Amino acid sequence: MKSFWKQGEPFVWVTGAALSVTLLMAMVLIVVVLVNGLGVFWPSKVATAKLHDGGSVLGEVVRSEAVFEGEGERLQFKIGNRELYGLDFRWIDKTDISSITYADDTMVLERMEYGNFYGRLIGLSPEAQAVSGGGDAVQQLRQAHAYVMQQKDQLEELDDELASVNYRMDQLQRKEKALLYKGRSPSDPEIQTLRQKRNGLTEKFQSLHQRQMKQVTELRNYTATFTDISGTDRDMALMDLVRFYQPNSMSVFSKVRYYLIKLVELLTGSPRESNTEGGLFPAIFGTVMLIFIMSLFSFPLGVLAAIYLREYAKEGMVVRMVRIAVNNLAGIPSIVYGIFGLAFFVYGVGGSIDRLFYPEQLPTPTFGTGGILWASLTLSLLTVPVVIVATEEALGAIPAGVREGSLALGATKFQTLTRILLPMASPGIMTGLILAMARAAGEVAPLMITGVVKIAPALPVDGNFPFLHLDRKFMHLGFHIYDIGFQSPNVEAAKPMVFVTTLLLVLIVLIMSSVAIHLRNKMKKRYTYGTF
Amino acid sequence: MRDNNSVTVTDPIVQVKNLDFYYGTSKALHDINLDFQRNKVTALIGPSGCGKSTLLRCLNRMNDLVDGARVDGSIRLDGTEVNTAAMDVIELRRRVGMVFQKSNPFPKSIYENVIYGLRIAGVRDKTVLDETVERSLRNAALWEEVKDRLHESALGLSGGQMQRLCIARAIAVNPEVVLMDEPCSALDPKSTARVEELISELREKYTIIIVTHNMQQAARVSDCTAFLFEGVLVEYGITENLFVKPRNKQTEDYITGRFG
Repeated sequence: MKSFWKQGEPFVWVTGAALSVTLLMAMVLIVVVLVNGLGVFWPSKVATAKLHDGGSVLGEVVRSEAVFEGEGERLQFKIGNRELYGLDFRWIDKTDISSITYADDTMVLERMEYGNFYGRLIGLSPEAQAVSGGGDAVQQLRQAHAYVMQQKDQLEELDDELASVNYRMDQLQRKEKALLYKGRSPSDPEIQTLRQKRNGLTEKFQSLHQRQMKQVTELRNYTATFTDISGTDRDMALMDLVRFYQPNSMSVFSKVRYYLIKLVELLTGSPRESNTEGGLFPAIFGTVMLIFIMSLFSFPLGVLAAIYLREYAKEGMVVRMVRIAVNNLAGIPSIVYGIFGLAFFVYGVGGSIDRLFYPEQLPTPTFGTGGILWASLTLSLLTVPVVIVATEEALGAIPAGVREGSLALGATKFQTLTRILLPMASPGIMTGLILAMARAAGEVAPLMITGVVKIAPALPVDGNFPFLHLDRKFMHLGFHIYDIGFQSPNVEAAKPMVFVTTLLLVLIVLIMSSVAIHLRNKMKKRYTYGTF
Repeated sequence: MRDNNSVTVTDPIVQVKNLDFYYGTSKALHDINLDFQRNKVTALIGPSGCGKSTLLRCLNRMNDLVDGARVDGSIRLDGTEVNTAAMDVIELRRRVGMVFQKSNPFPKSIYENVIYGLRIAGVRDKTVLDETVERSLRNAALWEEVKDRLHESALGLSGGQMQRLCIARAIAVNPEVVLMDEPCSALDPKSTARVEELISELREKYTIIIVTHNMQQAARVSDCTAFLFEGVLVEYGITENLFVKPRNKQTEDYITGRFG
């Protein structure tokens, strides 16, 4: 027995158990996210439940659980049709249900507003029938819908044009305001030309707008009539339908196709219905761009600071204190960084920029309000300690012989650094950058007060000069999770999106880390010092 | 010259005079007076911690890098004082090359390793670089082994090859003096023999000062030998004389293996 303890057998078990518990926790998290996230877009069957009291319910069975009192189970139906019933979900005791059937002609409509509609197709309006080529009702609907969607794309092009004209008008107005602020009189010729230009643009805007309105009114004539389970008929403009499908009669192949379509929409589309439906493109874009700008600041800053600390600063009390301070910085709660970012970057730096360069716009802030630049800077402040520590360690791990070898050949300290030490330290520096990126991708708290918003009207990059608008507010996947998960008026309907967004955020971090790790391994192969 | 010195140096390249060296408050070298003969191999021997490496590193001022190191006295390279602020250390290190105990090739290609000294000096001419690589590697007896893989990583070489590469790298910049700090201590006997052979060949062109723990090696490769003990130069003589008929009791004890 004594030798059993001596040999450390229990210790092996303890260490193994510790590792298993850690892995298990991580696995459970990933599995929960995967299971809930991946299934969201799979078209599930729509059930028609006949009730004992004569009524009936149409909807997707989302889940079942034991009733609170007594025995038996109850089912949760997603019944949709929010504008008719007020609620998307309904709980029904299994004992109240007499039968459940799956009618082939049940149709699910994804709509621009009010969520899904569950019902049956009755018929199309004459206009819609005119553009369809015949066949049965569903085929006609499909053709008419395709036609309307095509028209709608053109409308969206008009939308872009309108936004661009609007942006230019805004710029002109800013210029005019600036001139007026400088003391020019309103009759100044320069101001007059600006006004003329603006009036021209306004006219253009008006005509474009009218054209758009007219087209919209015309398009709205293309409608279809649907009926819900209780027999209420509803006319719906085809324009408001995103897509429709009959899940009960879909083959596996068409289900896969639908799944992929939804996936593409998720990655490239814009959100609808207060973010609970539609795509996540603006949030994905915002997240990636945020991390990118953050790295652009924190990477050089951290590396340079670490080089000074390790290579140039004289080892002593001060350097030791700085090192402790840097390590401590990494432990400050991120919300504190957020508040600092708000005070220093947004109000301090941004406010000063406004006072110096855009005084005519005040009190409306230009840079003196949250934006992607300030959020990125705040995050880079947050991640710089990680980069510093990693770089310092990487530089310190280089054998002294290499350093001396270079110096002994007549290289200066600077040459040694740039030609030998930095390449050799690069894998370690990359590790730091990976850690920094992963940390930045997961931060939400500091963003909430430095520029993240629920719905951003425009991306920080667009076709309007100067193309990069770092003062703009942005969307972010992490904030998106918080927003739709806890701030949404319809939490139950938003739940699938929470899982999908989480999955996406995890994936983005995974992809970015994988790329960085791949780069690091490549560098490692090239620069690792093999001993013999 | 003093009585512990039996060498008449007619053509000195490096002259060390009254050299004291301190690490912080502890004195590592005591009043060293030593002239190194041009185009000869001089060995520095002595037990561990006797200051032979310290002395070697004074010659190209590698000790500048050590915190708290202080040097008093005079070192002259071809008559120029080395130990002053006016001396350009970069220039000095180009004239006095160094090979270390543990081979330290850079994580670059073999080619880039050899021309590193030229690169940092700003040489860009491809023909000059190519010629230098071939000449240096030939001189370091490495050319035949690596000529087909010049652009592969130097880290793939064997230990002995790496050390010869470091020698090639040191002589690529045409130094006047090559300092070697126990160049063979990490090598197997075969590689050691190879490097020793190389040292004998190199003496025609360069002055070599070698620190070694291995007395047979000192006897084999060097023309003159200096024995240091506890920071003091005990005896300096023609190698054959010193090993056969040491004039000092301490030297005799050391080389006959009674201590050290």
